[in-house]
Amino acid sequence: MDIHEYQAKELLQQFGVMVPRGGLAYSPEQARYRAHEIGGERWVVKAQVHAGGRGKAGGIRICESDGAVEEAAEELLGKRLVNAQTGTRGRIVNRLYVEAATPIEREFYLGIVLDRAKEQISVVASPEGGMEIEEIAQQRPDSIVRCAIEPAVGMQEFQAREIAFSLGLPSTLIAPAVKTLMGAYRAFRDLDAVMVEINPLAVTGDGRLLALDAKMAFDDNALFRRASISELRDKSQEDPREMQAADRGLSYVGLDGQIGCIINGAGLAMATMDMIQHAGGRPANFMDIGGGASPERVAKAFRLVCNDANVQAILVNIFAGINRCDWVAAGILQALEKVELNLPLVVRLAGTKVEAGKALLRASGRPIIMADTLADAADQAVAAWRAATENRA
Amino acid sequence: MAILINEDTRVIVQGYTGQIGSFHAQEMMDYGTQVVGGVTPGKGGINHLGKPVFNTVKEAVAATGANASIVFVPPPFAADSLMEAADAGIEYCVAITDGIPAHDMIRLKRYMRRYRAERRMRLTGPNCAGTISPGRAMLGIMPGHIYLEGNVGIVGRSGTLGYEAASQLKAMGIGVSTSVGIGGDPINGSSFRDILELFEQDPDTDAVVMIGEIGGPQEAEAARFFRDHMSKPLIAYIAGLTAPKGRRMGHAGAIISAFGESAAEKLEILQECGATIVPHPSHFGPSVAAVLERRAK
Repeated sequence: MDIHEYQAKELLQQFGVMVPRGGLAYSPEQARYRAHEIGGERWVVKAQVHAGGRGKAGGIRICESDGAVEEAAEELLGKRLVNAQTGTRGRIVNRLYVEAATPIEREFYLGIVLDRAKEQISVVASPEGGMEIEEIAQQRPDSIVRCAIEPAVGMQEFQAREIAFSLGLPSTLIAPAVKTLMGAYRAFRDLDAVMVEINPLAVTGDGRLLALDAKMAFDDNALFRRASISELRDKSQEDPREMQAADRGLSYVGLDGQIGCIINGAGLAMATMDMIQHAGGRPANFMDIGGGASPERVAKAFRLVCNDANVQAILVNIFAGINRCDWVAAGILQALEKVELNLPLVVRLAGTKVEAGKALLRASGRPIIMADTLADAADQAVAAWRAATENRA
Repeated sequence: MAILINEDTRVIVQGYTGQIGSFHAQEMMDYGTQVVGGVTPGKGGINHLGKPVFNTVKEAVAATGANASIVFVPPPFAADSLMEAADAGIEYCVAITDGIPAHDMIRLKRYMRRYRAERRMRLTGPNCAGTISPGRAMLGIMPGHIYLEGNVGIVGRSGTLGYEAASQLKAMGIGVSTSVGIGGDPINGSSFRDILELFEQDPDTDAVVMIGEIGGPQEAEAARFFRDHMSKPLIAYIAGLTAPKGRRMGHAGAIISAFGESAAEKLEILQECGATIVPHPSHFGPSVAAVLERRAK
């Protein structure tokens, strides 16, 4: 689960990380009021969306008067920010964060990640702040400092000191840097985070060390024990299709293709999408309805896929293992009675009692296109999509 | 021989009396697995499905001589149950549970390092379908009848995609020595490399099918292990060529977040290391058959 910059900063501050003065605004008037509250003569108005690269997308404005703050807020609120990270639909700006603009002397990168190779928490830092870590890794790989944290005892101060010195910080800033590093690590550990990123971590003109931008992501599997984190969820930042699916217990990722997919199992779902592409089509979604494939779940899945206006054909691929194909077939037929379906439907069943399942579908009299293999299913779905497109043209 | 489990494996079920645990315990017994008891804290002393129930894994091991365990315990308590199994001297454990927090897995893996390598529990999963040595024993939730006995090893992350591969092999008359699910989580008990090492040492395995997916470094690590240390052929498929970067595809670990984690990049590394690539997921059967035929000549 992702959260907003202002939320990450609030959390990190509780763990001893220093951040600039700032306040949240839902309206231009409120933004202006925040600027007064913060004081000073320069402010940054920052769009709060769940995506990086906000600056390049025009979501960060530096303002030199309270009038300019209000104007920037007027422009940003209600707008959709679009960049490579948000996808073509973009992310809506409902909240702004107004901050005191701080003169920057130097910028650093600080990240804490779940290191899958080491199976530990790792700290990643670089004196090349402000750039994305991918860019740093490409352009200045030697500048990156890494440090793995022993899970049994956690991060030690000497490790934080080593990182601080290797970044070339002046001796007056070593203690604040250690405090920042230890605080960010403790936030990561105590809140079941999977990512903390402070970029840039800046040395200001008046010699302070401040987190100018902050991102945090959390382990969905741990939200059951992090109620205060769950509350930070902002549903306006999520794809409505994915939210609907999640509320119905289905795993769904919306894509841009035309062939809707209903599959049991994440691996088989990905493989079916690959097969569709191999056959010359494009999947409209990833969907895993879970191992059991009960009639209720199949019905929910049909409704969800039909809601996507891009979908022109549907491919159902179910491997019935513990359950049986005739039960799955009965479930599909039940689901079709509950949902009005005007799209070509290709069904491929495999596993236990496959012939009985197919016989049921055939006997139903519904225009279901049957497929035997995964390759056959993808070919049929692509053919059905092409025919549907031609009919419309 | 097979790897990890066979007809002599003595199994306890953790989370035995729950609905899911009960169902799959019965399926495993029906397949011929030696299930010798179960553990549900607080229910020790009763009989369930004709086997004794214990309060702790240590009691179960002492009373039944169990050497393997399968865990159906819900996510909040699962890591604790796995540590209990490791401490009780269980040699091999399958964790079925889906949804264990990643930080719990980090702690669990660190905890397991306290035991010397030779008496450290081997863990596969979590979030997997389990392990089956066809005709001998099944420690998992898979449909046993789709696997033919034979000499091809299977290791994969996904349940149903693994079934797809096994049934394609069966349709062509190709059998399986052991099929191991390592699960879809970012941090897991055994890696692809760990299981490839076991298959390489197993005299009953002639070739290995590896079914990977997007996310994480384990497929690339396995490719290098294959190049440097394996004499048996490796036939590989990676799911998720169409998966966009940064989006989680069902499995907690199926997300492209760094260089080398996409399906295309993993396939390239596997190919460079000499693995046979399955061109699309409807081609497991023919790809394996071709490799076995070349090997027979």
